Amino acid sequence: MFEQTMFYLFAIVSVIAALFVVAGKNPISCAIALIVTLGALAGVFVLQEAHFVATIQVLVYAGAIMVLFVFVIMLLNLGPEDLEKTPRFSRLKGAGGIFAAAGAALLAWNFVSYAARAARVGPGFGGLAQISQKLFTEYIIPFEAISAVLMAAVVGAVVIAKREL
Amino acid sequence: MGDFFEYLKSQWSFAQEHPALAFFLLVVGYGIVMIGFFSAFAGPVTWVERRVAGRMQCRIGPNRVGPHGFLQWLADGLKNFLKEDLIPNAADKILFRIAVYPVFAGVFLTFVVLPLGPWIVGADLSVGVVYLLAVTALVVTGIIMSGWASNSKWSLLGGIRSAAQMVSYEVAAGMALLTAIIPAGSLSFQDIIEHQGGWPWQWLVVYSPATFLAFFVYFTASLAEGNRTPFDLPEAESELVAGYNTEYSGMRFLFFAFAEWANLYVIGAVITAVFLGGWRIPGVDIATQTNNIWLQFAGAAIFLTKASVLVFVTIWLRWTLPRLRVDQLMLMCWKYFVPFGIGLVVLSLFWQVLAAAVPTWVTSAISVLLTLAGAALVAGMFWRAWYNIRAGKDAPVYTWLI
Repeated sequence: MFEQTMFYLFAIVSVIAALFVVAGKNPISCAIALIVTLGALAGVFVLQEAHFVATIQVLVYAGAIMVLFVFVIMLLNLGPEDLEKTPRFSRLKGAGGIFAAAGAALLAWNFVSYAARAARVGPGFGGLAQISQKLFTEYIIPFEAISAVLMAAVVGAVVIAKREL
Repeated sequence: MGDFFEYLKSQWSFAQEHPALAFFLLVVGYGIVMIGFFSAFAGPVTWVERRVAGRMQCRIGPNRVGPHGFLQWLADGLKNFLKEDLIPNAADKILFRIAVYPVFAGVFLTFVVLPLGPWIVGADLSVGVVYLLAVTALVVTGIIMSGWASNSKWSLLGGIRSAAQMVSYEVAAGMALLTAIIPAGSLSFQDIIEHQGGWPWQWLVVYSPATFLAFFVYFTASLAEGNRTPFDLPEAESELVAGYNTEYSGMRFLFFAFAEWANLYVIGAVITAVFLGGWRIPGVDIATQTNNIWLQFAGAAIFLTKASVLVFVTIWLRWTLPRLRVDQLMLMCWKYFVPFGIGLVVLSLFWQVLAAAVPTWVTSAISVLLTLAGAALVAGMFWRAWYNIRAGKDAPVYTWLI
């Protein structure tokens, strides 16, 4: 009962905030709304007892990455006349919405038709120990590959920033 | 909290009949007590800070309200409470209003995991340390929001500085914490404390050279994360008026100040829990301390004493060191602290392997040596401070200073 109430609370907050991200006029307000969405999603993860996923969600997305977003938007220095030109809904946003809906449908279909996949991780998955175990045994190669990609991104950023290196 | 609830259930029939309601009441009650307690902590700390600043600068400081000016913080609070809540015309009204809440929430959410005793803790999360780093990130969001929404150059510069600074130093602080977590083998604050002992040579700070150095790295990085001098560039008075909170007045301004001083306690408490043995009482084992409610309170008193000493050191540093320049600050973080922190993590990992290979007396001897080094450091600091006081003996005695 309590869990269901909390789930609906978090779900409604995240959906409303996500709609605001798309439809909002002011980029900074949109970014703040995205933080609210990600925070509410972290709440949903907590209800699934995936504490580690929830904290990482807040730490990485709501913390570091959003700070970066807000930073970039601030430095873009959009004046009021730039903001007037952006329409509330555009074709690009519509296309993005259709893609998102298709992705959500695919995900839902996946969960419904392959219930066995969900059973692979077992109940209460999302703690530190279980995630590390999966990460360092079954998924070790993709995990290490991601670190190589990040390294390449860092090197690329340095090269772009310091041309006369 | 869970263990305490089980105990309560065995003693109190109401908790047996309505466990959900009783648990809810317990959690809400604990929250109210904690917020009240740390409000009462942050207030007097502002008075201590101003008095200490006065002593260090050979002036008086607040001494009119109450004995030695102790009630000054209440007077200031009342004044700010009655002041008009000004919102600039050109500001983003909604963001300006809500910007204080993430800052406040980011500091106060950390009290959920900071333990004062085996039972005196909001929730002993298995991811405690990561949770602490995560909710601290909310503070950055609030400060950027306030800086941008004020629509003032000083505020914007302060906000951007604070974003760059806090995100950078979070990395260094995380590395330093990781160094200490590796020997403890858990992210939960209770497990980390239970891994340590009550005596100084059993603390994690002297466990290995890596944790010894990580203590200093974490202390410095958390000062920078908490926007404290010598790293208080987001509100550098000489350059930015008051930085991100320039346009704020009244109660909203007070919320920022309040969060900053409550954050001082958070810095002290995290260091106490992770490096300095937390609530462990010397010579008392965990089972005894858990079963005796008075020993639990004694442990809480020990914890608060250690944290208060660290709070005093941060205040002391504020009035001793000059402020860094902003490029020096970022240089120090990315070129020295982060690589050094990564090196400490690697050293700590090697130490684990090494400690398993050598006899126990070797690691114990190193712990004792590190304890002696730390004690020598503290003694030297006190000797310097005492020397300065003695050197000033021939100068005119300002008895009215006290």
